[in-house]
Amino acid sequence: MSATVQHVVWTIRANPVTGVAAAGLAVLLVLAVFGPWLQPHDPLASNVSMALLPPSSQYWAGTDQLGRDIFSRLIAATRLDLAIAASAVSLSFLAGTFIGSIAGYMGGRLDRVVGSVVDVLMAFPLFVMAMALVAVLGNRVENIILATAFINLPFYIRFSRAEVNARRGLGWVEAARACGDSHLKIVLCSLVPNILPAMAIQVSLNLGWAILNAAGLSFLGLGITAPTAEWGIMVAEGARFILSGHWWLVAFPGAALMLTVLCFNLLGDGLRDILDPRMRT
Amino acid sequence: MRGIVRVSSRIAHRLLASLPALVGVLVFTFLLMRVLPGDPAVFFASSPTAGPEEIQQIRVSMGLDRSIPEQLVLYLRDVLTGNLGRSMSTGQPVATDLAQRLPASLELTLAALVLALACAIPLGVMAALRPGSAVDHGVRLLCSIGVCAPTFVCGLVLIYVFYVVLGIAPDPTGRIGAFDAPPPDITGLLLVDYALVGDFESWLSAVSQLILPAVTMALFVLAPLARMTRASMLIALGSDFIRTARSVGLPPFKVIVGYGLRNALLPIITITGVVFSTMLGANVLVEKVFAWPGVGSYALDALVSSDYAPVQGFVLLMAMIFVVVNLTIDTLYGFADPRVSLR
Repeated sequence: MSATVQHVVWTIRANPVTGVAAAGLAVLLVLAVFGPWLQPHDPLASNVSMALLPPSSQYWAGTDQLGRDIFSRLIAATRLDLAIAASAVSLSFLAGTFIGSIAGYMGGRLDRVVGSVVDVLMAFPLFVMAMALVAVLGNRVENIILATAFINLPFYIRFSRAEVNARRGLGWVEAARACGDSHLKIVLCSLVPNILPAMAIQVSLNLGWAILNAAGLSFLGLGITAPTAEWGIMVAEGARFILSGHWWLVAFPGAALMLTVLCFNLLGDGLRDILDPRMRT
Repeated sequence: MRGIVRVSSRIAHRLLASLPALVGVLVFTFLLMRVLPGDPAVFFASSPTAGPEEIQQIRVSMGLDRSIPEQLVLYLRDVLTGNLGRSMSTGQPVATDLAQRLPASLELTLAALVLALACAIPLGVMAALRPGSAVDHGVRLLCSIGVCAPTFVCGLVLIYVFYVVLGIAPDPTGRIGAFDAPPPDITGLLLVDYALVGDFESWLSAVSQLILPAVTMALFVLAPLARMTRASMLIALGSDFIRTARSVGLPPFKVIVGYGLRNALLPIITITGVVFSTMLGANVLVEKVFAWPGVGSYALDALVSSDYAPVQGFVLLMAMIFVVVNLTIDTLYGFADPRVSLR
């Protein structure tokens, strides 16, 4: 155990960026959980006489076209954006790992079919697919989550399939089989726990991608609708005022998106350094 | 000669292999669009107060009264004959609309891809030549930022900096400058058409319209391209033939580009294909930001007004482009590494 701790400390010292990313994630989580108590203003209260004010000591990130405080809206949006990404990624993680590890374990025709379906799905413009799904299912938060989960699914299937496939013939799997474990038990109790570290890296990198996708969908007007505070929508609303020079409407939610995704990506890289140092690029 | 035969038989094989995928996409989009909310017959009716008989008549004329499998067969037959249905919002056949708007999207995507490759390959090679150096870290930083920045935010920031603050970019709406006449419709690609006509001034103005959206999209795909170039160059540069080439005193440029990059090409080509298909998706966002009259914004407008024929046509078009891109990649494989086509 102490060796693991030492290894973690060593990797973080060698690459302090991981520590910074972890701290950033902690800040995001605090904002998401305690957001309502940290907002200086009501994120939905409009006040037209205060519309489009630049950042000041009272309104740290300025106000939007309806006079709402952008800083408060940024905080309010943190919870929604993180919740969307987290639920979408957990959905596709659960379903994808299940399908992928069963296909990888069974091999044969099932494996080949799953493999080629995944290849086709992955090569297809996934964002277009998500757009179509949200349009079909209707403009609701649940549907953004479903669409994002769906387009993340192929990555998990492919990854877990490859990882399980590499391990299915190993000695301890044989041993479990010899003990009379059922196939399902071998997959769920022996193989899946074994590939979890590798999957954790994938999850972290994927969270950032999920946030970008969800924000892109709401930027296009699919999914979350107007008064709700969400980073993608805030950028979309601010885009109408960029030509008149009101940069803060776009810049702050854009920066929030970017920093959040950066955090998840750096954390994923750091996790990879800790869990699997050979894969570093 | 034998090489060409080999490559073309490979292409024919791949074309056949991609047919099931195309049919799958067709059926998928058909079913998807069938459950779209809103009754198209009501949308098509002449007035909002149209009676139920009139709506029923429209349903029959559109084939909506038949069973779903029957509709699917009819749809497949229509697609085979090139009939993609009619858009309710523009009133034109979808195939015509798509053909009119596709060149705009292609021009943007190709320009962005060329731009991205022109930056990513030298950056990746430089990073691979000196791993761990300042250049390497700089490239890595650029890639991290490129992956995190949402395309639409990038586009808006570029508009703010270059149009609003510096005033050097033109008004970010559309492909043709405000004072230019559109060129005769030869290929649909403005840069090619203006060049063919010899209208240099309009050509420059079309370039200036294209630069910001193309840079936005190029930034989006720079990271995967540069990373892959770096990784595959590192492997190539570590191999024995590079050591031999260096030891016999060949000029560094010939060693790096002629032997190193040439052998590192395959993974770069693969990732270019993957990147192209993500660009097709990102097109929608960039086209929306820059009011670019391409197929992406067309499909988006159709989606929002629950006009499903254009969306079906768009998804089908994307699938076909994806097949064509895969074929191109495959052909390039054969040229980049003749050993591939032997397998």
